[in-house]
Amino acid sequence: MAKIKSTGAKALLESLRREGVEIIFGYPGGAVIPLYDEIYHCDFLQHVLVRHEQGGGHMAEGYSHATGKVGVCIGTSGPGATNLVTAICDAMMDSIPMVAITGQVRTEVIGKDAFQEADITGITMPITKHNWLVKNVNDLPRVMHEAFHIARSGRPGPVLVDVPVDVFRAIVEYDPDEVQNIEISSFKSDFKVHKVQVKRAAELIAQAKKPVLYVGGGAKAAGAEHLVQALAHKTGFPVTTTLHGLGTFPENDPLSLGMLGMHGTAYANLAVEHCDLLIAIGARFDDRVTGKVSAFAQNAKVIHFDIDPGEINKVRRADVSIVGNCAEALEALLPLVDETQDISEWRAELDAWRVDMPLEFNDGAQDGTLHAEWVIREIARLTDRNVVVTTDVGQHQMWAAQHFGMRSPRQFITSGGLGTMGFGLPAAIGASFGVGPDKDVWCISGDGSFQMCIQELIVATIYKLPVKIAILNNTFLGMVRQWQEMFWQKHYSSVDMERAPDFVLVAEAYGMLGLRCDNVADVEATIRKAMETEGPVLMDFRVVKETNVYPMIPSGQTVGDMIVRKPRQIEEPESTCHYEPRDTRMPVVDEVVDVAR
Amino acid sequence: MATAIAAQTHTITVLVDNRPGVLARVSGLFARRGYNIESLTVSITDNPNMSRMTIVVAGDADTLEQITKQLHKLIDVHKVFDYLDTPMLERELVLLKVQSEPERRAEILQLVEIFRGKVVDIAERAMVIEVTGGGDKIDSFEKQMEPFGIRELVRTGRIAMMRGSRTV
Ligand SMILES: Cc1cc2nc3c(=O)[nH]c(=O)nc-3n(C[C@H](O)[C@H](O)[C@H](O)COP(=O)(O)OP(=O)(O)OC[C@H]3O[C@@H](n4cnc5c(N)ncnc54)[C@H](O)[C@@H]3O)c2cc1C
Ligand SMILES: Cc1ncc(C[n+]2csc(CCOP(=O)(O)OP(=O)(O)O)c2C)c(N)n1
Ligand SMILES: [Mg+2]
Repeated sequence: MAKIKSTGAKALLESLRREGVEIIFGYPGGAVIPLYDEIYHCDFLQHVLVRHEQGGGHMAEGYSHATGKVGVCIGTSGPGATNLVTAICDAMMDSIPMVAITGQVRTEVIGKDAFQEADITGITMPITKHNWLVKNVNDLPRVMHEAFHIARSGRPGPVLVDVPVDVFRAIVEYDPDEVQNIEISSFKSDFKVHKVQVKRAAELIAQAKKPVLYVGGGAKAAGAEHLVQALAHKTGFPVTTTLHGLGTFPENDPLSLGMLGMHGTAYANLAVEHCDLLIAIGARFDDRVTGKVSAFAQNAKVIHFDIDPGEINKVRRADVSIVGNCAEALEALLPLVDETQDISEWRAELDAWRVDMPLEFNDGAQDGTLHAEWVIREIARLTDRNVVVTTDVGQHQMWAAQHFGMRSPRQFITSGGLGTMGFGLPAAIGASFGVGPDKDVWCISGDGSFQMCIQELIVATIYKLPVKIAILNNTFLGMVRQWQEMFWQKHYSSVDMERAPDFVLVAEAYGMLGLRCDNVADVEATIRKAMETEGPVLMDFRVVKETNVYPMIPSGQTVGDMIVRKPRQIEEPESTCHYEPRDTRMPVVDEVVDVAR
Repeated sequence: MATAIAAQTHTITVLVDNRPGVLARVSGLFARRGYNIESLTVSITDNPNMSRMTIVVAGDADTLEQITKQLHKLIDVHKVFDYLDTPMLERELVLLKVQSEPERRAEILQLVEIFRGKVVDIAERAMVIEVTGGGDKIDSFEKQMEPFGIRELVRTGRIAMMRGSRTV
C-alpha cells in the first residue's frame, strides 16, 4: 500500500482498527484532547467514558478476561496515568493482555516538572511487559503494533504507550501495511515444544502411582481446556485448579478436586501433599498455592508446562519442563499416554478424603442465619451457572471460588495475583461488553471492596448492562477480620464497616434497581427478581458478620497445618484437622509474614 | 542447566539495544528481584545500535538461571551470556592517587613495575598510577599501596570476553 499522511492521533486509531479493537475504556484530559478529537470522528470504535481511570483499566481487564482479546484503556497525563497504575499492575500479575495509552506533556517540556507531568514509563517499568515514550511521531504507528504484539504474545501482559500531546498533533507519513509487519528480533515468545521433553513427561506419567494435574490460568490463556479434559479422561488422573484455573476443568466432573491452596479444598491439598507426580499446566506455584515451598508436594516429581521460561525452576524445581504453549504440548503428549494405567488405589484414597472432609456450608435451614456461601450456591443454582462471575477481594471471593462450581473457562474473573479490591464491578462491566447483552454477568462483591470502584455503577446504568451485583455484606473487611480473629487475638483494628451507605439507595441514585435481602427465606426471590429485571441490579445481602473461610492453610505453612473446618469450641479448640492434628490457631507472630491480601 | 555451584560471583555479558532507559530497565530488574549486583559496566560495541553490559552478580546457580531468564524477558535485551565453563578474560582498571614523598618514590615505582602498572601523573607529593588486570590483582595492588597512603581511588567495573575465536 502507498504511504498515507495523517496526524499521530489518527494514526493511533488506525492501528487500533487494524488490530481489531472494537472498544476502549478511557477518560479525557488536556494531553489527550487531540486523541479524543479523533475518537469523536471515529466510526469503528466504541469509547466507554469511565468514571475513574482505575475503573477503565479494570474494565479493559474484565473485557480481556472474558474474551481473550487485548483490552485497551486511555488516561491523560499525570493523574490520569497514575490512576491506571493499579490496573496495569493487576494485569501484569494475572498475565492479562492490555494496552494502556497515556497522554504526556509536550515533548519540549518533558523533564521540567510541567503541569500534569508524571514519568509514567518510569513508574510502570516494573509492572509492564514493556513500555514506550514516543517522542517522534514517525515511530508511533510501528510502536502501536509492537505494543499489541507484545501484549498478546507468549505470556500475555500489559504494555503502555505514552504519547506527548504534540506527537498526537504532528503529521506522520507512513505505510500502514508496512508498520504492521513487525519484527522484534530481541523478543522471543514462540518457544517450540521440545519433543524429547514431552517423551520424558510421558515416561514419568507412565510410572506414576499417585498423580495429580495442577491446572492454572495458562491453560485458560492457551484455550487448552479440551486438551486438559482429554488428558484427565484418558489417564483418569484427578485434577485440581488454581484460582485462575477454575472452570478449565468442570467442577462437576468426578475427577475434579476443586481448587487447591490456602483456601482450597482439603482433599485437593491432601492430594498434592501425597502425590508422587505433580503435573503443572500453566500454573506458577504461587505462594497462596504452595504455602511453605520446601514442604509442598514433597514426595512428588514435577512436570511443568509453561510458556514463560522464567517460571521454570523459579519456585519449584521441575523434573521435566516443557516450555511453550501448553495446548501444543498437550497435543503432543496425549498420544503418548496410556489409558490403562491403574491408579484405582489412589483414587480410593482421594474419595475417602472427599467424604471425610467435604467443603462445609450453612444453608440456614437449622438456625435461620444467612450465609454468604449459601447465597453464592443459590446464585449458581438459579442461574444454572450459565453466567460470567466476577469477584472482588476477600472472603466473598474465596467463597465464590469454593462454592460456585465453575463449568467453563473464562467464566470466573477475579484478581488473584495482586488481589485488588475494587476490581469486581468494573471487571464485570468490561466482561459484559465482551460477552454481549445476552449473557448475565454476576459481580460477587464485598461491602468493603464494592466501595472502592463504586463510581462505575453509572456506566452499567447508561449502557443497560446485564450486570447483577451481589454485595455479600458482612459489615466488615471480613478477610482481614478473619486474620485478626485467628492470629491476632481478635484485635479488630480498623475492620469495622458498619457505617456504610445504604446500598439500595445508592443503586437508586445511580439509576438501577436496588434490593435488600436479610434472611434465608428471601434469597431465591431476590436472585430471581434480579434475573428477571433487565439491565443492572444491585443486591445487598446482609449476611452473618463473623464467619471464616475454611479450609485454611495459614500463610507460609503446610498442609499439616491446615484448619479444615470451623473449630467446634472457640475457647478450647479441639483439633480441627483430621490429618496430622496440630493446633495452629496461634502461630508465632513472626510466621505471619504477609498481611491479608 | 548449571551444575551445583555454591553462592559465588558470576560475570555475565548482556547485549542490549542502545536506547535511552535500557540501563534503568536492567538495573530495575536486579533491584526488584533482589539480585545483588557487584558491578555493572556499560559500553559501546562494534555495532552502534547495541550496547554491552558486563554485570558481576553474587548468587548460586539457581539465582543465575533466574537472572538469565528474567533478563531475556526484557524486550531490549538481545543476548545474555554467562561464561559458565567458558575460558574467559576479565579486566578492571584502577586509577590510584598515592602519597609519594620523594624518599619513597623508588619503592612505589618498584611495586608499579611488578604489577605492570603505569604512572600517569606525578606531582610533588603524589602520583597517579594506572593498573589493569583481574579483580584480585587490583585488590592486591591496592593493598600494597595502602602503607604509602592512598589519597584517592577510582576503579572501573569488570569487563569480560571469551578466550579463543568464539564471540558472544
Ligand atoms: C485473598 C486471596 C486468596 C487466594 N487464595 C488462593 C488459593 O487458595 N488458591 C489459589 O490457587 N489461588 C489463590 N489466590 C490467587 C493466587 O494469589 C494466584 O493469583 C494464583 O494462584 C495464580 O494462579 P496460576 O498459578 O494459575 O497462575 P496465573 O497467574 O494465572 O499465571 C498463568 C501462568 O501460565 C503461564 N501461561 C500463560 N499462557 C500460557 C500458555 N499459552 N501456555 C502455557 N503456559 C502459559 C504463565 O506464564 C503463568 O506462569 C488467592 C488470591 C487472593 C487475593
Ligand atoms: C486495594 C486493597 N486494599 C486493601 C486490601 C487488603 N484486603 C484484602 S481483603 C480485605 C477486606 C475485604 O473486605 P470486603 O470487600 O468487605 O470483603 P469480605 O472479606 O468482607 O468478604 C482487605 C482490606 C486489598 N486486597 N486491596
Ligand atoms: Mg465485607
